[in-house]
Amino acid sequence: MQFDQIIQFSLSGLSTGAIYALIGIGFSIIYNATGIINFAQGEFVMVGGLLTLSCLELLHLPILAAVPCAVAASTLVGVLFERLAIRPLRNPTPINLVIITIGGSILMRGLAMLVWGKDTHGIASFSGDDPIVIAGATILPQHLWILGVTLLIISINKFYFYHTISGKAMRACAYNRRAASLVGIDVRRMVLFSFMISSAMGAAAGIIAAPLTMVAYDVGVMLGLKGFCAAIIGGMSSGIPTVIGGLLLGVLESLGAGLISSGYKDAIAFIILLLLLFLRPQGLFGKPESERV
Amino acid sequence: MLEVSGISQVFGGVTALDRVSFPIRKGDITGVIGPNGAGKTTLFNIITGIYTQTAGKVALGGTDVSGLPPERLARLGMVRTFQNIELFGGMTVHENVMVGMHTKSSSGLLACALKMPWTIREERRIRDNCHKWMEFTGISDLAQVTAGNLPFGKGRLLEIARALAVEPQIILMDEPAAGLNNQETLALAQLIQKIRATGITVVLVEHDMELVMDICDKIVVLNLGKKLAEGTPREIQDNQEVIAAYLGEDE
Amino acid sequence: MKRELLKFLAFALFMLLLPLPFRGGYLVNVLIFVGINTMLAVALNLLLGYAGQISLGHAGFFGLGAYLSAILTTKYGWNPWAALPAGAAIVGCLAGLVGFPILKLKGHYLAMATLGLGIIIYIVFNETVDLTGGPSGLSGIPNLCLGSVCFDSDFKNYYLIWVFALLTVLFSLNLANSRVGRALRAIHDSEVAARVVGVNARILKVQIFALSAVICSLAGGLYAHTMTFIAPASFGFNFSVELLTMVVIGGLGSVYGPFLGAALLTLLPEILRGANDYDIVIYGALLVLMVMFMSGGLVRGIPDLYRKVLRLKGGVDHA
Repeated sequence: MQFDQIIQFSLSGLSTGAIYALIGIGFSIIYNATGIINFAQGEFVMVGGLLTLSCLELLHLPILAAVPCAVAASTLVGVLFERLAIRPLRNPTPINLVIITIGGSILMRGLAMLVWGKDTHGIASFSGDDPIVIAGATILPQHLWILGVTLLIISINKFYFYHTISGKAMRACAYNRRAASLVGIDVRRMVLFSFMISSAMGAAAGIIAAPLTMVAYDVGVMLGLKGFCAAIIGGMSSGIPTVIGGLLLGVLESLGAGLISSGYKDAIAFIILLLLLFLRPQGLFGKPESERV
Repeated sequence: MLEVSGISQVFGGVTALDRVSFPIRKGDITGVIGPNGAGKTTLFNIITGIYTQTAGKVALGGTDVSGLPPERLARLGMVRTFQNIELFGGMTVHENVMVGMHTKSSSGLLACALKMPWTIREERRIRDNCHKWMEFTGISDLAQVTAGNLPFGKGRLLEIARALAVEPQIILMDEPAAGLNNQETLALAQLIQKIRATGITVVLVEHDMELVMDICDKIVVLNLGKKLAEGTPREIQDNQEVIAAYLGEDE
Repeated sequence: MKRELLKFLAFALFMLLLPLPFRGGYLVNVLIFVGINTMLAVALNLLLGYAGQISLGHAGFFGLGAYLSAILTTKYGWNPWAALPAGAAIVGCLAGLVGFPILKLKGHYLAMATLGLGIIIYIVFNETVDLTGGPSGLSGIPNLCLGSVCFDSDFKNYYLIWVFALLTVLFSLNLANSRVGRALRAIHDSEVAARVVGVNARILKVQIFALSAVICSLAGGLYAHTMTFIAPASFGFNFSVELLTMVVIGGLGSVYGPFLGAALLTLLPEILRGANDYDIVIYGALLVLMVMFMSGGLVRGIPDLYRKVLRLKGGVDHA
C-alpha cells in the first residue's frame, strides 16, 4: 500500500465524487422544494450524456454548442416529467410518489434504450487525453474539467439560492411551503423550477463525466443511488455538506476498490448508505428531526 | 389514579412546559385548559408516551410510567383520542373498533395465517364484543361504513368507541369538542358522563368553556407552560389570575 | 367468511385443473412462472399492501432462498426437502435482524434502504464466485423428489409450484380478516393511532417483513429446484421493480390482486413476443398510469370501469 497509490486513488475518487455531489444536490433541491425523493434523478444524468452524444454525432455540433443544447433538452425532459408524472397526481402519498417516480425512471430508461440502443457509447474528452502529473499521481484533463465545472455549478447555485429573489423563494418553500404560499410565492412554479434545475444539473453531470465513464441507457440507476447517498451524507442540503458527502463517497469508493477489491466497489456506497440510514439518517451535518403530532 | 410531577419540556431553547404537577383522581372528569400555546397538547403527548419529557415523572396507579411508549401504556390501561382524529380510513367502522380490542386478544401472526381453531373463536368474540361499544357511542348503524367517508362528528364518536374497546382505566381526550356543533357538543357531554359512570377516569384538554365548566369535577389551568391554578369549576371561574390570562380570548 | 372461502376454492380448483388439457408444453411452462411470481407478489403485498412498508429489495430474498438451497444441495449434498426450509429459516433470521433498524425508516428512506440492501445482496451473488459460480450462474441443481417420483417435467413442476402458491394465497386470505391483518392495516393508515390502542407497530412490522422474506425465500428455493439452473441476473434491481409493479397493478392490499398482477406481467412479454425491447417502457408506463388513474389496481379498477361503462350505456338520468 504505497502512498502514491493512495494519492492516485484519492484524486480519481475526487472527480467521481464531484459527479455524485452534483447528482446529490439535484436530489436535495427537489426534496427540499417538494418533499419528494426523485427516483428518476439518475436518469437525468443518463439523458444528458446521451443527448450530448446525439448533438455531437447526429447534428455534428461542436462540443461548445452541444453541451448547452443537451442541457436545454434535458431540462425540457425534466419539465415534461414534472408536468406529466408529478403534477397530475391526485393522491400524493409517499408510496404513490415513490412508485410514480420509479415508473417515470423506468419509462425514461426504456425510451432511452429504444432511441439509443443497448450499447455503451463514448464521447471524446473535452481537451484531449494527455495525462497531467500532480504530486506523483496522474490525472487526465477531463478530471480537471469535472472538478472545474462542478465548482462553477455550485457557485452558480449558491448565487442563485442566496442572492436572487426566485432562489430565495425556493428556499422559503423548502423551509415552510404553507407560509411561502401565504406570502404570495407560487409554490407550484417553484416545484417546476426545482425539477428544471435538478434535471439541468443532472445533465451537466452526465455530460462532463461521459468521456470517462461512457454513456448507456442504464447508467442512471447506480449513479442515482450513489448521488442519493451523497445527499444523505450531506443531510439533504443543496450546498456544501452534500458536496463533501459526494467527494467523501467518491474517495472512499475509489480507495476501497483500489486497495480492497474492485468487484465490491458498488457495494461500498450502499453499505455506507445503509449504515447512515440506520445510525444517522440526518447525515453527518444535519440536525435530528422531531415529529409533531 | 394518575400523577403528573414536575414535568418540564424544553424544545431546543424554548421551554414549552415548566415543572407542571397535578394529581388526577380516580373516577373524576378532569379538564386541562389554558390559552393557546399554554402547552396543553405537549403535556398530553408526554403523558400518553408520544414525546419524552426533559424532566419529571408520570405515574399511573402508583407505577412510574415515564417514557413508556403508547403501546405499553395501552396495556396498562391508558388510552387517548386525537384532536385531528386519527382513524383507520381504509377499514370499516366495525373494523376500527375491532382494532381497539388488540390488547384484549392474542392471536399471533402465524396463528392467524394458518387460521388455527383458537383464532376463529377469538375472532368471533372480538367481532361480537365490538357491538357493545358501537351501541354505547351510538354509531351502530354505521358499522359497515368505510371510516374514511365518515363526517367529522361521527369520526369523533368512532375514535371514542375504539378507545373504549381497549377497556381502559383512564381515557385522555385531546379537544374532543373541536369541530363539533352545539348539538354534537351536548351529545358529547352526555357521552363523557356516561363513560365516567362505567368507572373510567376521563381527562380532557379543551377550549370549549361551557363544556368544561359543565361536566368537569376538577380543572387544571396552564399558561405559558406553567400550572396557573387547579380546583373546581367554581373556584376556577372566580380565580382572578385565570381571568386575566384569558383576557382577549374569544371562548 | 364462508363466501371468501368458496371463492378461494373455486380459484384453486381452476388453477389445478388448468393444465390438464395441455399436458405440458409452452403454456404450462409460463404458468409455472406465474405461480412463482404469485408467491412473490403475495409476499410483497403483505408488506406493502397491508402494512404499507415499501421494499425495493425483495428480489434479494428470492435470490438468497434460491442460492442457499442450491448451494446446500449441490455443494454439501443436502436433501432438497431439508435445504428448502433451512434456507428459508436463515433468510427469515436475516430479515428479522435487518428488519429492526431498517423499518425504523419511513417512506422514501425505507425505499432507498431496501433498494441498497437488495443491490448489496446481488453484488455478493456476483462476487462470491467459489460459492455461487458468479455471473455465469450455478447449474446441476437437483429436482425435488417424493419417494420415487421426481418433479422433473413442466407438468409435474406446475403442480409442485401451484400447491405452494395456492397455500400462500390462502395464508394471505386468512390474514386479511384477522386480528393481525387488521393491526397491519391499522399501522398503514395511522401508525400512531395503532400504537395508542396497543398495537406494537415496531415488532409487527419486523414480523411481517420476516414472514414476507421467508415466503420469497421458499419461492426462490422452489425456483432453483425446478429450473435446475440459477444466475444472479434474475435477482437484481430490475426484478424487484417488476415485483413492485405486479403488486401495484394488481391492487395493493387485496387478496387476488397479486395474482392478477403476476399473471399480467408474466404473460404480457409472452403476448408481446418480438416486442421484447418494449417491456421496460411498458412497465414504466403501466406504473405511472396505474398510480394516476387506477390507484386501487386492477382488482378495483376493472369492476369500477365495468360499472362506469354500464352507467354510460344507461344514459344520464340523474346528476
